Amino acid sequence: MDIKELREHLCATYPDLCPLFSIEFGDGVLSVDRSRFHDAAADLKSLGFDRLGMVTAVDFGDELEMVYRLQSREMRAGIFVKTRLPREEAVIETVVDLWDAADWQEREVYDMFGIVFTGHPDLRRILLTDDWVGWPLRKDYDDPTIIRRPDYL
Amino acid sequence: MIGHDETPMASPADGAACGPTADVAAPVMTDEMGDPAPAPEIVAEDDRLVVNIGPSHPSTHGVCRVLVELDGEIVTKAEPIIGHLHRGIEKMAENRTYLQVVPLTDRLDYVGSMYANWAYCRAVERLAGIRVPERAEYIRVIVCELQRIASHMMAIGPAGADTGATSLFMYTFWQRELILDLFESLCGARLTYNYVRPGGVAFDLPDGWAEQCRTFIDQHPSAILEIDRFLFGNVIFRVRTKGLGVLSPEDAVSWGASGPVARGSGVDWDLRRDDPYSVYPRLDFSVPVGERGDCYDRARVRLWECVESCRIIAQALDALEEFEPGVIKAEGLPRLLAPRPGDAYDHIESARGSLGVYLVSDGTVRPYRMKVRSPAFVNLALLPLVSVGHTLADLVVILGSLDPVFGEVDR
Repeated sequence: MDIKELREHLCATYPDLCPLFSIEFGDGVLSVDRSRFHDAAADLKSLGFDRLGMVTAVDFGDELEMVYRLQSREMRAGIFVKTRLPREEAVIETVVDLWDAADWQEREVYDMFGIVFTGHPDLRRILLTDDWVGWPLRKDYDDPTIIRRPDYL
Repeated sequence: MIGHDETPMASPADGAACGPTADVAAPVMTDEMGDPAPAPEIVAEDDRLVVNIGPSHPSTHGVCRVLVELDGEIVTKAEPIIGHLHRGIEKMAENRTYLQVVPLTDRLDYVGSMYANWAYCRAVERLAGIRVPERAEYIRVIVCELQRIASHMMAIGPAGADTGATSLFMYTFWQRELILDLFESLCGARLTYNYVRPGGVAFDLPDGWAEQCRTFIDQHPSAILEIDRFLFGNVIFRVRTKGLGVLSPEDAVSWGASGPVARGSGVDWDLRRDDPYSVYPRLDFSVPVGERGDCYDRARVRLWECVESCRIIAQALDALEEFEPGVIKAEGLPRLLAPRPGDAYDHIESARGSLGVYLVSDGTVRPYRMKVRSPAFVNLALLPLVSVGHTLADLVVILGSLDPVFGEVDR
């Protein structure tokens, strides 16, 4: 499968996402709903995205956005899969069953953002100590030792 | 809410020994989800022994702790406990301007600071739409290939030391020292360079630097041959490392391994060639690939990458002569970058694998979020997989062959 076929396939499968999609430049973005996320990930894997490059999250206030970057060696293409989670119920299905690389990276996201990955075999903190309180990379995390820098000009 | 819960400690005056006592409840992590985290423990089965190695070990470039379950001398389970060097660089970046983050990236992989500088700057340039002058791109390629050699020397020397060939250290570090001298005359620093900046590089090459660099790459291949004879011709090293810590190509792909760890397993994947960036498409080089995926092949891939790096540097130095000196930065860069809201990701092939930086901007002068996709972190996750069934002494060799730099693992 080459990039053209891939784009046609993805546009047919996810018709509402077509305008967002420009995989030729290696930064194709596929935004899916949480309920369809795992199916979309499995679909992409079967299309040849055999590497899970990066898993991370961004705190956008009411919502947390999960960002996955997949890579295909065969098609020499990269694609982002993004999905938004409500802050109060930050739960998403794990992709450890698809890519082993998700194991530690999802643990890191759990550690930093408190996002729970259902089905993860070993979900616990990885970088911080087990008795750490709070989710440091969330924007509402408050630590009196963080001194906000003034605006320099 | 602060970082650590205050753990109540019984004072000696109360008649108890120092330290937490049994009647003081252990701190339980209570989060919004209400799930206390399970304790990270390996419970010994049968007559097995759990041994704690670390939290520091001379063979690692940082602080790592490995919990090992042993059956006699054979490792049956190994679990790296990481985070001792976690400084929260991703959080700190949210509190600094785009330019102020560059010195932070130095502290990620302090054996290969140039890479982190470059990966971060590429992400900023993509986010802000900055075009880098070609001459600066060639300078970046030269310093980063020098950095690759320096970093691989740091991996190969200890690989010998782990198996008992301690004097090899001296030979590899001599080569690394020459590179650090070059870097020192280039930017004044030997370890944390802060040299690659958004839009270009910080300083132009000093007078005579290109000639010094050529002198280095002229003598380096013969030093490589010497190291090759010394290490790979050494029967002890060969017997110790062949067939040790075998990583199959399927596992390497599925676990996201990159760099020499993946290429040692025969996964022919190098971003410089397969997802080309900067001026690499114009340079002629080959990518060494191993076959068996053991510690031997991983070390060998690193060694021959150094030879290829010399070829790249020679070509880049030739290309550099055709440019007018002095152009090292994009013109018209504002002193404070405030990219449009959006996100950008870029990755480069560092000495350890694909090093990516993901940046999210909200339109202000500070990054809204910075994520470093660290190859050392991803590669280290392979340790439990590849070390099972080997002896405790070999675990150290395997850990060294994954070449983790803990500044980058823990961030």
